[in-house]
Amino acid sequence: MTRWKSARVILIWAALALAIGVPIAAAAASEQLAWRGPVYIFAGFAGIVALALVLVQPLLIGGYLPGLSAYRGRRAHHWIGGALALAIVIHVAGLWITSPPDMIDALTFSSPTPFSPFGVIAMWAIFIVALLAALRRRLGLRPRTWRFVHVPLAIVIVAGSVVHCLLIEGTMETISKAALCALVLAATVKVMIDLQVWRKRRTLRGESIARQ
Amino acid sequence: MTIVVLNRRNLLVAGGSVLATGMLAAGVPGLLLPARADGLAPTESMSGGANNYRKGAAIVDRIGKGGFWMSGTVRRAGDGAPLAGQRIQIWAHTVEGQEHEPQSHGATLTDKDGKFRLEMPQIIPIFGQPHGHLAYDSGEFKTVFLRPVMRSAKETSLEAHFVLQPA
Repeated sequence: MTRWKSARVILIWAALALAIGVPIAAAAASEQLAWRGPVYIFAGFAGIVALALVLVQPLLIGGYLPGLSAYRGRRAHHWIGGALALAIVIHVAGLWITSPPDMIDALTFSSPTPFSPFGVIAMWAIFIVALLAALRRRLGLRPRTWRFVHVPLAIVIVAGSVVHCLLIEGTMETISKAALCALVLAATVKVMIDLQVWRKRRTLRGESIARQ
Repeated sequence: MTIVVLNRRNLLVAGGSVLATGMLAAGVPGLLLPARADGLAPTESMSGGANNYRKGAAIVDRIGKGGFWMSGTVRRAGDGAPLAGQRIQIWAHTVEGQEHEPQSHGATLTDKDGKFRLEMPQIIPIFGQPHGHLAYDSGEFKTVFLRPVMRSAKETSLEAHFVLQPA
């Protein structure tokens, strides 16, 4: 029992490491990197890391990562949310330095590339969630209100990020990219179903019961 | 009561079809025969086409070491006559440099058939799409910026066509 339990812990963490590590390693082996400057490369990898963090978020809040208590999972979810916002800032700033007119087109929704608006919408959703999360206590947002705001924005972030990423022709290798995107979608759908996010809940206790 | 409603509906339908017929009768010649029946519409600039443009790139035999072909045609709006001797500027993110760098830019002139063709380094994906940039910006005709996208990053040629209107 204990042996199976620890094997399960190792397996889950190893699977997560592979899910994130393989696409990053494949991108690091891309021949495209030879033709790019360091800032552009850094900006691109910030985007890949951001997508990986979008995978970690539902796993943390759903309590699927063994060895983390519900409390620590939630704390990690907060910090990784902040890291996600930071990764997006690096992604956008790096691309802006690489080609200002292309970045301005993207941010003003006048870009010829079909994936840009998806990325920009996901970016704003991430910033809004991060800002509200930081001010949550000060604004006195109740758990129900918070959930009502966060869940739709989380869906926008996931859908926007996945479409943005899949439509880009860049350093990411196609199959590992598609697999990471599929995992992001699967984790999001699972956490939404498990936590029954569409149901109204009155008390925090109700929430913690649903988390079991 | 029901009959009245039906009558109103019938009236509306009948009135609508009369209106539609009238509009069609007036509209069809307009649809079939736009302002210029034999007119070739001018090319509009593409969004993002002017990004990283450097005015006045020199006319060159080849950009960098070459290996990739950018080609196309330049014609006059309306009658579609080929325009000879027109200067087309070309730039892209290639294996030899980024879009904004001077060595990534060059220009060429159209031949007597309005065709142009310039060898340049292999274009690679930048900002998520393998694409090139072309500009007509010489004053005689209205400025046009194009941004054609390659179907695959492995392609070794790309085409873009200009239909220019007087400035």
